[in-house]
Amino acid sequence: MTYLVPLPVVVPLLGAALTLGLARHPGWRRTVSTVALTLNVVVAGMLLALTTAGGPLVVNIGGWPPPLGIVLVADQLSALLLVVSAAVTLCVLMYSIGEGRADGESGTPLTIYHPTYLVLTAGVANAFLAGDLFNLFVGFELLLAASYVLLTLGATRNRIRAGTTYVVVSLQASILFLVSIGLVYASTGTLNMAQLAGRLDALPDNIRLLLHLMLLLVFGIKAAMFPLSAWLPDSYPTAPAPVTAVFAGLLTKVGVYAIIRTETLLFPGGRLGNMLMVVALLTMIVGILGAIAQADIKRLLSFTLVSHIGFMVFGVALGTAAGLSGAIFYVAHHITVQTTLFLVTGLIERRGGSTSMDRLGALARFAPLLAILFFVPALSLAGIPPLSGFLGKLGLMQAGVAVGGTLPWALVAGSVLTSLLTLYAIMRVWNLAFWRPLPPVRPAHLVHSAQPVPSAQPVQSAQPVLSAQPVHSAHPVHSAQPVRRETRIPTSVLVGDAGAAGRPIGMPHLPALMVWPTAALVVIGVALTILAGPLFDVSSAAADELLQRVPYVEAVYPGGVE
Amino acid sequence: MDVDLILMIIIAVLFACGVALVLERSLTRVVLGFLMLGNGANLLILSAGRPGGPPIVGVSAAEDMSDPLAQAMVLTAIVITLGVSAFLVAMAYRSWQYAGNDEVRDDIEDRRIMTRAARDLTTEGSDAEASDTDDQIARAALADPAAAGLHIDDGGAVR
Repeated sequence: MTYLVPLPVVVPLLGAALTLGLARHPGWRRTVSTVALTLNVVVAGMLLALTTAGGPLVVNIGGWPPPLGIVLVADQLSALLLVVSAAVTLCVLMYSIGEGRADGESGTPLTIYHPTYLVLTAGVANAFLAGDLFNLFVGFELLLAASYVLLTLGATRNRIRAGTTYVVVSLQASILFLVSIGLVYASTGTLNMAQLAGRLDALPDNIRLLLHLMLLLVFGIKAAMFPLSAWLPDSYPTAPAPVTAVFAGLLTKVGVYAIIRTETLLFPGGRLGNMLMVVALLTMIVGILGAIAQADIKRLLSFTLVSHIGFMVFGVALGTAAGLSGAIFYVAHHITVQTTLFLVTGLIERRGGSTSMDRLGALARFAPLLAILFFVPALSLAGIPPLSGFLGKLGLMQAGVAVGGTLPWALVAGSVLTSLLTLYAIMRVWNLAFWRPLPPVRPAHLVHSAQPVPSAQPVQSAQPVLSAQPVHSAHPVHSAQPVRRETRIPTSVLVGDAGAAGRPIGMPHLPALMVWPTAALVVIGVALTILAGPLFDVSSAAADELLQRVPYVEAVYPGGVE
Repeated sequence: MDVDLILMIIIAVLFACGVALVLERSLTRVVLGFLMLGNGANLLILSAGRPGGPPIVGVSAAEDMSDPLAQAMVLTAIVITLGVSAFLVAMAYRSWQYAGNDEVRDDIEDRRIMTRAARDLTTEGSDAEASDTDDQIARAALADPAAAGLHIDDGGAVR
């Protein structure tokens, strides 16, 4: 059954090629993408079943034996993450198809969206399956190159500005990764992870520490660990909602995955555990403090994303089976919940015309379904029992208490504090955007000083609230973006008849194809709670497998290394 | 293993210049810096492999061959660097189309929070008024960053 292993990479790439050729047939393009990603879910599910039953699966690409050829390895960790990411990418694809349909799709950027999105999926899968460091690098580059395009979709002014930060930071991380690869190769003569596992152990301590630190630095940037996280809240919120959602769900988790591999397979029992714990604590606290200061929901969620990376790093840093298993569970939970919240924010923006908490209000009254879709994952993120976030945090805290000592206890305290602050931040969103009555209509001159507009005409009075970026309306070319944030907004208006008691007329009916994928993700999040028992079994088994190292190495080298 | 000193010096120089350029605000210089860093990293990988004759069976003896793996990796890395540089150049051009320069700007929300913090320190005015002014600045900044830069720099005057 090893032929299944390359499929999560190959199928989306093939789909990307096809959708690129189908530029003139939007219907076929949607079908191809949907079929490719549905296949992905099926394949990933089969891989998970197979690896749980029979240990890691290995494929030597082109039949070349391991140290020379490219190896793809699917163990339980990879398979579990593949399942979650496949499900999430499929839901986000449906959402963006729904959004594209509702907005009427035409123009060039949309023809780019589907292929790029599929390449991103392939890159994520490649990173999860890579059996050697260089292939991991290629996987990273694949998903990064796709993410550059998605983040700057339509090349509007604000996206170019935000994209610049993202691209430049990612590029530096890539260069550092290349340098680390060069150093690892120079000191061990191999890049195959199974072979490295043995050879790195034999290296002198100082060289080992240097390589360890370099790799952690690289993956720390990708995962947005605290001192290396400043790029994230700046760049993510400007992208279209589905793009931000899939980035928030998957890209940082690929970094976390790489950290898990480094800490278990390559450098087990390394000397950086304590440093990682301090970093985890700082990531949690600083991240959530940033979230509290935000007035925009997207930015707030970006900061909670950074903050909750700390939980996963915490579990990895503990280095015990319980810690790792908690971290793996938390990754699965967080991918689902964070993606859901960003998708819901996209719906909020559509319904309420803004993501700024200053302008929203009373959504619970006008859009009760939307309120439910927000409320459940939000509580899960904050860790309210019995939702999956609570279970993940509980698992991590138990692991921390079991280890004992000053730092683990500090981390347990830090995670409690972070959970409470997350609850505070997320309830602020709830109170302001959903619960309170509508805020009074803003005088036009305060909203947009450049164009005071007579407030008698509803449509025009809405204009200043929304035409934050007049540049775009001046360039008709950009109005054809697939996920048209700027251009769509004028139709979705927060305040209808200005002067009177404002009611959000906005878009009274959210497209079903956007609501259902979001609802499906909420259901998956709840399912993670109900299926937490089996899921914890899988994550514990994956953690055991990681800590033993032998199954992985033996799967790649059936006859022993060298 | 043996290390080629000249190659090491070249790598060091490339890295030093690359880092200096990447720290600049102009995107064009960042691109140049990135290219230098990329070349430095590629040379580093190349020097990690063993030097020697062409790694072709029949041309040189197995023990004299250079390491083909390092070269294969560098080829991949070069292709990736090339593609990404093209993207960066396009971004610099787009940035220039919008703003007339290719400087990397600060995040508007960050600047807004900074000005708000600065104002909170100096005065204790009403909160509502402050946030309205903030909004105004942010809106204006989104519409026209160059003009808004002035507003934000002398936030006191706006208030």
